[in-house]
Amino acid sequence: MMISAIIRTALVSLRRDRGALALSFILPVVFFSIFAVIFGGRRDRTPKIKVLVVDEDHSRASQRLVQGLNQEGSLVVQTRPQPVKGAEQPEYTAATGEAAVKAGAAPVAVIIPYGFGENPISFGPANASRPTIQLLKDSSDMVAPQVIAGLLQKVAMTSMPDLMAEQGSKYFDQFAGGLTREQRDRLNEGIRYLRERQDSGAATSDSGNGGGIVAVTTRAVVGENKNNPMVSFYAAAIGVMFLLFTASGAAGALLDEVESGTLDRVLSSRVTMTSLMLGKLTYNSLLAFSQLVVMFLWGWAVFKLDFWLHIPGFIVMGICTAVAVAAFGLLLASICKTRAQLGALSTLVILVMSSIGGSMFPRFLMPESMQKAGLLTINAWAIDGFTKIFWRDEPISHLWPQVSVLLAIAIVLFAIARRVARRWEYA
Amino acid sequence: MSLPVTSAPIAPTSSSPPLRVDELVKRFGQVTAVDGITFDLRRGECLGLLGPNGAGKSTLIRSIVGRVIPDSGTISVFGAPADSAAARNALGWIPQELALYPRLSCRENLQSFGRYHGLSGDALKQAVERGLEWSTLIDRADELVRNLSGGMKRRLNMAAGLIHQPQIVLMDEPTVGVDPQSRNRIFEMIEKVQGEGMSIIYTTHYMEEAERLCDRVAIVDHGKIIALGTNTELVQSAFGSRSKMLARFAGAEERVAAWIAQHGGQSINGATQFTIEHPTEITGLLEDSAKNGLELLDVSLHKPNLESVFLHLTGRELRD
Repeated sequence: MMISAIIRTALVSLRRDRGALALSFILPVVFFSIFAVIFGGRRDRTPKIKVLVVDEDHSRASQRLVQGLNQEGSLVVQTRPQPVKGAEQPEYTAATGEAAVKAGAAPVAVIIPYGFGENPISFGPANASRPTIQLLKDSSDMVAPQVIAGLLQKVAMTSMPDLMAEQGSKYFDQFAGGLTREQRDRLNEGIRYLRERQDSGAATSDSGNGGGIVAVTTRAVVGENKNNPMVSFYAAAIGVMFLLFTASGAAGALLDEVESGTLDRVLSSRVTMTSLMLGKLTYNSLLAFSQLVVMFLWGWAVFKLDFWLHIPGFIVMGICTAVAVAAFGLLLASICKTRAQLGALSTLVILVMSSIGGSMFPRFLMPESMQKAGLLTINAWAIDGFTKIFWRDEPISHLWPQVSVLLAIAIVLFAIARRVARRWEYA
Repeated sequence: MSLPVTSAPIAPTSSSPPLRVDELVKRFGQVTAVDGITFDLRRGECLGLLGPNGAGKSTLIRSIVGRVIPDSGTISVFGAPADSAAARNALGWIPQELALYPRLSCRENLQSFGRYHGLSGDALKQAVERGLEWSTLIDRADELVRNLSGGMKRRLNMAAGLIHQPQIVLMDEPTVGVDPQSRNRIFEMIEKVQGEGMSIIYTTHYMEEAERLCDRVAIVDHGKIIALGTNTELVQSAFGSRSKMLARFAGAEERVAAWIAQHGGQSINGATQFTIEHPTEITGLLEDSAKNGLELLDVSLHKPNLESVFLHLTGRELRD
């Protein structure tokens, strides 16, 4: 009897507390859906890996290899940059491919060097002068380079079996003293069969299953000199998420002031609503910026983050991020009626933004659609900016997209917050 | 952030009263909170707005300080529109709520509100010290507000409203929820600023407060001023020189009832009430009751007060 009375009271309270209801039921469902999409939704089962391919050789073997990579369902192969204003761009070279990886266009570039086609298979005695495939990688993506390295071996095996057999027999002639006439005829017959099968399209890269035999040298072109590769990413990713929480909490002071009547008293003085909100925006931005400083200093002191080498970029990104999160917090606070409502709404919105925006799971590992959705969040732009500075060592001028978007977000959110706050201005 | 330089106080002119409210109307949906209120606040006076909860007193005050936009009517402060910077500076508002920063100390609260009113430097420092002294919180100056007693918070709330030394002070029920001792302290604070020539509007639903502090009283009900004048004027206009005599008699009920009816009295809750023009009438009534064999148990004389005026005008008690 008593238990049912307690349950009844609690149920009525929960029904009246919409924030708690949202947190209890909506948030888990939203979260579950986001991660279900990230880790394999119905449409995008596996994220495709973008790879830049530079064929310097233009031999039969290299073309087969490129074709084989193209046929891999898990890869998006690009041999030239996206057209600019409809104009076709020239093919990647070793230099432009490396630059593109550095700029974050793709996590890996595969360079097939001149002379590769003469000796596509790598077994036999080591020969330093023999050209080998180069794999240029961005160390921040720990998955893509491994996948590409594996697929290269697979594709080499499945896309040019005839060339391999031919090369194999050459090696046999060279090191084992050659074949008898009968053996040679049989081998040639086999090679002819493989070639016909390849040319007829019966063999695809999916039908084969072979071991690794092309020589590949891997080189990190981004993050090669970093003390601790992922720290800068996580400092930004986790930092932004907590900044959002702090900013909405700090903006909640506005609600306390409404409730206590302090806001009324302040507005009856010479302070206008606009100057009050600008004051709060400035204070909350300073608070957020200080938080970032503490976070990155901690990263430097404990995790050897290269903080001091990137001060100017940090300041630019730090200020833009801080202003954007402060405006975001003010908007949330101005929409809500009570602290409890703000707590529930901010938890919901910030966790969703952080999961989509890459604060919990790197965006480059997400499906394409999720990566695009992430661009609607402050997290994504902030993390991208900090990554450019701390990871890719890019100059400050390259931060313009992140800076403009974050400042635009700040202005728009603040303008909306100011408009919504009119309800407190007069009765 | 820097605030504009403090504007000069409005120079009193002989023609403009400190505050003039004319035909003010404010509606909230279907409810008319203020219904055509008109009055002048005289220089140096304390005008009481006496009325029950929900009468529209706070809405009127909030309209004057610009926190409520009236639907019609005008408010002027020394002849200037109420929303002008000069008017804002001339007005000091002590809201009913404890509008203070709980995590700041008394001194820090006064400093903050002083700055919001454009004070800085020595002027701010002096204003803060004056406020602390006036509210007798000097020895608690550095105490956080959340640790103060209710009465202390009320006093600080008042000091914050007067930090910029306004010429007109609007006090919205400043004694709500305080114990009698703290209430007396608050009265002393108000009497002190009255002595300094500030013009005050004081809203209350306590008749005793209006009687003690106010030079004139406006009785407010359902958003209207139903009577305005000094205490004596209001009583005089409602009751003339009449008073009430209350008496209780023992004896046969029928005989008592007949005697009461004969003398035009009323029977209320076992007591008998007579309206008399002069206290000397009491002797005549008592002698006659004795002659009729009624035994007098007790008798009292009640001079009418503001409460009686309110009851007389509205048919309701002030605290209804």
